[in-house]
Amino acid sequence: MSAGAVARALRAYPTLLRVGLAGAVAYRAEMLIWMLTTTMPLVSLALWSAVAASAPIGRFGARDFTAYFLATLIVRQLTGSWLVWEMNMEIRNGSLSQRLLKPIHPLLVYSAENLAAIPLRALLCVPVAALALVGAGGERFRAAPATLALFAAALLGAWLLNFFTMALIGALAFVMESSTAIFQIYLAGFMIFAGYLVPLELFPPALQQIAAVLPFRYTLAFPVEVVTGLLEPDAALRDLAIQWAFAVGTAAAALLAWRAGVRRFAAFGG
Amino acid sequence: MTQAPLSIHVKALSKVYRVHEREAGLAAALRSVFRRRYKAVHAVQDLSFSIAPGERVGFLGPNGAGKTTTLKVLSGLLHPTSGEVRVSGHVPQRREVGFLKRITLVMGQKQQLLWDLPPVETFALNRAIYGIPEAGFKATMAELEGLLDIARISSKPTRQLSLGERMKCELAAALLHRPEVLFLDEPTIGLDVSMQLGVREFIRHYNERHGATVLLTSHYMDDVAALCPRVIVIDQGRLRYDGDLQALARSVRPHKRISLRTAAPLDRALLERIGGVLELDPARAVLQVPQEHLREAVGHLLGRPEVTDLTIEDPPLEEVMRELFNHRPEGPDAAGGGPEGAS
Repeated sequence: MSAGAVARALRAYPTLLRVGLAGAVAYRAEMLIWMLTTTMPLVSLALWSAVAASAPIGRFGARDFTAYFLATLIVRQLTGSWLVWEMNMEIRNGSLSQRLLKPIHPLLVYSAENLAAIPLRALLCVPVAALALVGAGGERFRAAPATLALFAAALLGAWLLNFFTMALIGALAFVMESSTAIFQIYLAGFMIFAGYLVPLELFPPALQQIAAVLPFRYTLAFPVEVVTGLLEPDAALRDLAIQWAFAVGTAAAALLAWRAGVRRFAAFGG
Repeated sequence: MTQAPLSIHVKALSKVYRVHEREAGLAAALRSVFRRRYKAVHAVQDLSFSIAPGERVGFLGPNGAGKTTTLKVLSGLLHPTSGEVRVSGHVPQRREVGFLKRITLVMGQKQQLLWDLPPVETFALNRAIYGIPEAGFKATMAELEGLLDIARISSKPTRQLSLGERMKCELAAALLHRPEVLFLDEPTIGLDVSMQLGVREFIRHYNERHGATVLLTSHYMDDVAALCPRVIVIDQGRLRYDGDLQALARSVRPHKRISLRTAAPLDRALLERIGGVLELDPARAVLQVPQEHLREAVGHLLGRPEVTDLTIEDPPLEEVMRELFNHRPEGPDAAGGGPEGAS
């Protein structure tokens, strides 16, 4: 992308965000239902709190589990992306054509639509989680400015990694009839290795080592570990670098897949 | 000799789709998992034409002729299999910003308006994406609102608009950036007669005021007859005709129609001596007469006391097209129809 294109995109971005937010508000009921499907951390929370009631598991007592899974819920809501579904639909029914006719990269427009929905998701999920925290686990959260800055960088990294992973899998729809099957495989890996159901440090050491070299942890568990104080500052900075390297690598792969895919795009039925 | 700059230049364009095919049934579905069969569909073959800036050209052909495929190649959505294409000096498939800002593609069956938001939000989005300055945006918006009468509807959610209202807002969204080349694919499909007329007049006005080039496909021959002095006809992906619409009608159907109103029934045998009898009932008759015998036939008919009224017409364009496509030239590799959407 040329410098002129970047400048033009930056000028257009506030409007893209504003219209994206208007769209998210129009779909608020649908979004609420989507959000209800991502409340798995609350189930894990109930389960693990019960297990830890009698004795802690590793470093995790009942209040640690509460803090971990509420943070998981919030991080998931703020960094999730559903782009793969949208891309599959638009590539298959040809409506992607309308995006390709515009003098702006479609991934930028998708990203604005995705980001614009976050305030609404936050509005719906943060008060619930905050109220729950008042009751239990609140003291586990680290509010030091350095931790919060690291957490913000980790959240952004997680969003970028999620977004471009979805774009990469979505771009496979250019060559396959539907890439949502690939997404289901990704989701299976995510469930196990992202720390979504179980904190990763409770895994056997061999599995922990595998999780450390896969991207899943950096999409969810890493920001959660930062904000709940499970990581030492040095380790957190190292992991932040790894997370951003994954994000940049995935972004490059997604852009390449997109470029190759658009060449093949035959606007099926469109 | 210097050549006039061409708005659209197409030379030997071909587009071949590779289409997966299988028979119906479970066994065929299982076989296709392991062995996929593909068929090459020649949607466009060796197509050449040029269009000068400011021209209004009708692009005609039956379903599956390759019209939409050609429009998609011209607007950069499809890569041609072979051939050379230039639009406003750009190679469309490179999809350069300068190119995308100069063109628009309106598809009657696909929309760009955001479904759950009012059209004004799509206009605001397009203004940002195309980088249209505030003053220019206001002026264009005022012009489009006046011509299309959309001021009172553009703040209602798109899903609550009628088909005709939506199409008017689609046109406004597509023209906000003042494109110099308009690709219009069935812009009046599904609209009632008065709305069709409104859209047609708007297109003519835009073309005349801004000197934009218009390439229009429509199944409504009235649209084409009213808007396009020139037509390009393709069939099975190949060029069949490029030129004046009236000349095409005359060459395919070198007849005139004479419609008669009569005070008393006319004798069929008498009419058959004058020309072909297309309709005959006690109060009315329609004859078909070769152009060169028209004067003689009219003189003869006006001499009949039963005739109270006489009208001379060209045959309807629909009939001209049907006749044209019913007499296809034989070719060694005449193609089948395009895939869905390759019409």
